[in-house]
Amino acid sequence: MASLNINGEIRDLDAEPGTPLLWVLREQAGLTGTKYGCGIAQCGACTVHVDGVAVRSCSIPVEAIAPDQRIVTIEGLGKDGLHPVQQAWLELDVPQCGYCQSGMIMAAAALLAEHPDPGPDLIAGEITNICRCGTYSRVAAAIAQAAATRAGKS
Amino acid sequence: MTAIMPVSRRFFLKSSATALGALVLGFAPDSGAQETRPSEINHWIVIHPDDTVVLRLTRSEMGQGSQTGLAQLLAEELECDWQRVRTEYVSPRENLARGEVWGDFQTGGSGSIRELQEPLRHAGAAARIMLIAAAAKHWGVPPEECRVSAGLIRHPKSKRRATYGEVAALAAAIEPPPVVPLKNPENWHIAGQPLRRLDTPDKLTGKQVYAIDVALPGMLNAAVRACPIAGGTLRRFDADAALALPGVRHVLKVDDATVAVVADRWWQANSALDALAIEWNPGPNEKLADADIAGRLMEGLVAANGFAGAQAGDARAVIGAGGRMISADYSYPYQAHAAMEPINATALYTEGRCEIWAPTQHAGACLETVAEASGVPIENCEVHRLHLGGGFGRRLYHDYARMAVLIARQVPGTPIKMIWSREEDMTHDYYHPVTRCRMTGVLDAGGSITGLHMRISGQSIRGSLRPESLEGGGDVRAFHGLNQTDGNGILGYDIENLLIDHVMYNPPIRPGSWRGVNLNHNLFYLESFIDELAHAAGRDPLDYRRALMGKHPKHLAVLNAAAERARWHERPPEGVFRGLAVANGYGSYVAAVAGVSLNGDFIRIDRLVVATDVGNAANPELIARQAEGACIFGLSAALYGECTVEGGAIQQTNFDTYRVLRLAETPKIETVVLQSRDFWGGGGEPPIAVATPAVMNAVFAATGKRIRHLPLVKSGLLPA
Repeated sequence: MASLNINGEIRDLDAEPGTPLLWVLREQAGLTGTKYGCGIAQCGACTVHVDGVAVRSCSIPVEAIAPDQRIVTIEGLGKDGLHPVQQAWLELDVPQCGYCQSGMIMAAAALLAEHPDPGPDLIAGEITNICRCGTYSRVAAAIAQAAATRAGKS
Repeated sequence: MTAIMPVSRRFFLKSSATALGALVLGFAPDSGAQETRPSEINHWIVIHPDDTVVLRLTRSEMGQGSQTGLAQLLAEELECDWQRVRTEYVSPRENLARGEVWGDFQTGGSGSIRELQEPLRHAGAAARIMLIAAAAKHWGVPPEECRVSAGLIRHPKSKRRATYGEVAALAAAIEPPPVVPLKNPENWHIAGQPLRRLDTPDKLTGKQVYAIDVALPGMLNAAVRACPIAGGTLRRFDADAALALPGVRHVLKVDDATVAVVADRWWQANSALDALAIEWNPGPNEKLADADIAGRLMEGLVAANGFAGAQAGDARAVIGAGGRMISADYSYPYQAHAAMEPINATALYTEGRCEIWAPTQHAGACLETVAEASGVPIENCEVHRLHLGGGFGRRLYHDYARMAVLIARQVPGTPIKMIWSREEDMTHDYYHPVTRCRMTGVLDAGGSITGLHMRISGQSIRGSLRPESLEGGGDVRAFHGLNQTDGNGILGYDIENLLIDHVMYNPPIRPGSWRGVNLNHNLFYLESFIDELAHAAGRDPLDYRRALMGKHPKHLAVLNAAAERARWHERPPEGVFRGLAVANGYGSYVAAVAGVSLNGDFIRIDRLVVATDVGNAANPELIARQAEGACIFGLSAALYGECTVEGGAIQQTNFDTYRVLRLAETPKIETVVLQSRDFWGGGGEPPIAVATPAVMNAVFAATGKRIRHLPLVKSGLLPA
């Protein structure tokens, strides 16, 4: 049994040790917005936040997460409506098939939380998620737009 | 969940709307809607009393955006309110029950828009006429006096108005008009506009349900392992060891080469596969390796005769006569699709019924597979359709649907979700076919081409998967993009003495349609070699091509457009090197100019300019996105993509050994969308065919190194 804080809710989930967080989120918690893509932390489709940091949940065993660590998935990213990153994604119509986009958005949101004005080089260096449809240039533009929007508001 | 819906729910609605027409006349001008049920105006269009317009979608949405583009075309002629448009998938079972009124469901060949634009625009226009006629009849006024805009019908003289939702039930009972004039695309205001995609919002929040996300009551999860060696089979496995592990319910033989573990959770099932300690019968291909395949393909390069495609004059005689002859060999490897959503399907087999939830590119073929694998009559089978997490051609093949059904059959009454691990997915693909090519050209004293022989030696998708479809022992599809006349991609050059022929060798590694298909390697070979000839002749590659393109104005127009946007006529900035290419395929014309820079052995692709003429764009923004996506998909393959064969098995298993392009390596891609209006072409695939040779020609300009064997990393150069 694992006790996890997911999107602000304490969930007691029955999972054997060694089960990757990804599969606990998808199968036990029913949060299927987090995707399986490779299982070896290469593609980033499974990216979630643990205490605000982007992690690849396919490669973290569930027992490595303490009950007081805050897990945020794509379903919990926008607390009141869309997160600024999701809003920028909507405005620029970024997704194609969409399968990798939860992970992309989570990676982008964590990047902006740490670097409010990342610039193109940091975006290119930090966003290493794989998109087979080739949305990369739109992803970069949406991150820049989200950063600009936030800067304008603050 | 999930009883199968009544066979023809829509048909029932249509009949009932017709039969009950008199009873639902509750509609009265300005009185608001009284009908509560949706009405099928024709088989493509359902209108709800709240004015929601539903487009019934036959082609799968896998990222290409045709869901939105098709809806725009239909909404344009229908003159409905775009904000009220949504789509729903047609079930292939319903299609069969209604005499295949929706036609073919295959989603491939960049065909969704160009194949459906005519029926959908007609359906929209016919429905508009029927809706107006219904209102006019009810009001007792001539329909010509009515006006319509954004789903609102008005009769200005009497100041009466009605919404589509209000008159839909009446309109459903009106005889469809026999002849329907269509709008001139120049007057479009919904179609042809860069509208946002309909599917975006759900893809931002995790709400979009893909097949891999399906959850049914009582569902169990299956992981499979199939023999990695082509043609190999199962010898033995230790079911008991796996059954002793947590959550494991069943260990099942799926077919001669595949075993499945069924467990409460997928992770349990997948982990238990290792406990099976499977032994394989390797079969006849145990020793098959790349070198064997390459050897056979090289024999094909020098075989006396091939299956001829394009021919003019006497290329062999001109080449035999000597003169300034240039020859070069090229090759193109196996490549995996590696769509982000791994292969999966959920099947439920019960007494006399079988259903599947599948990410299929061809729901009709998927249904046939389900019926065949389950032994259930097709009318009692169903395919539940969901948006795909990428397709790229892989999901045209239903080996996985068959497997899911064969598992579910052994656990009747329990839905089984089968997911392939990424490793299973990558090692059991239908790969981009492997080919080699020998190009031989003869130049006159001025450097112009007097003869060209293009010998393609390689695997045929048809020959491998459907040999019965071959014509005269050859595969005409092998000449994609190299034809003189037909619609399967036309060669843009006029060469006096020309021979393009194909020698088929089909290794036991199964090939399949891979975004762009045969156009990819054919145009890599052709456009690289034309560049070689231009350099040999000491001529500018753009001018050299133009001189051959007099009879191909549409090819020339996109080449000129790309060159102009890239300012080809100007000297590039210091350290920037350029290459270009042009092609026709999937009904569209496309050209690219690539700009690269060099840092030691590191090649940086800085910029790609793509010009494409799709005839008519349902949504030019979607065309631009498809061009960008196709370039990135193609460049992943051109730079890194190779699946190698050893011991009869594919060696690459995941993204660590099968590298693909990431954001940091993505060039700036600019798209010029031309619309010459007198045809409809596809958008999703053609740009691959020019991105790769344009980049490799630029690499030559930068390094003097001619990349004839893909991927680039094999040459010692490294992408940066």
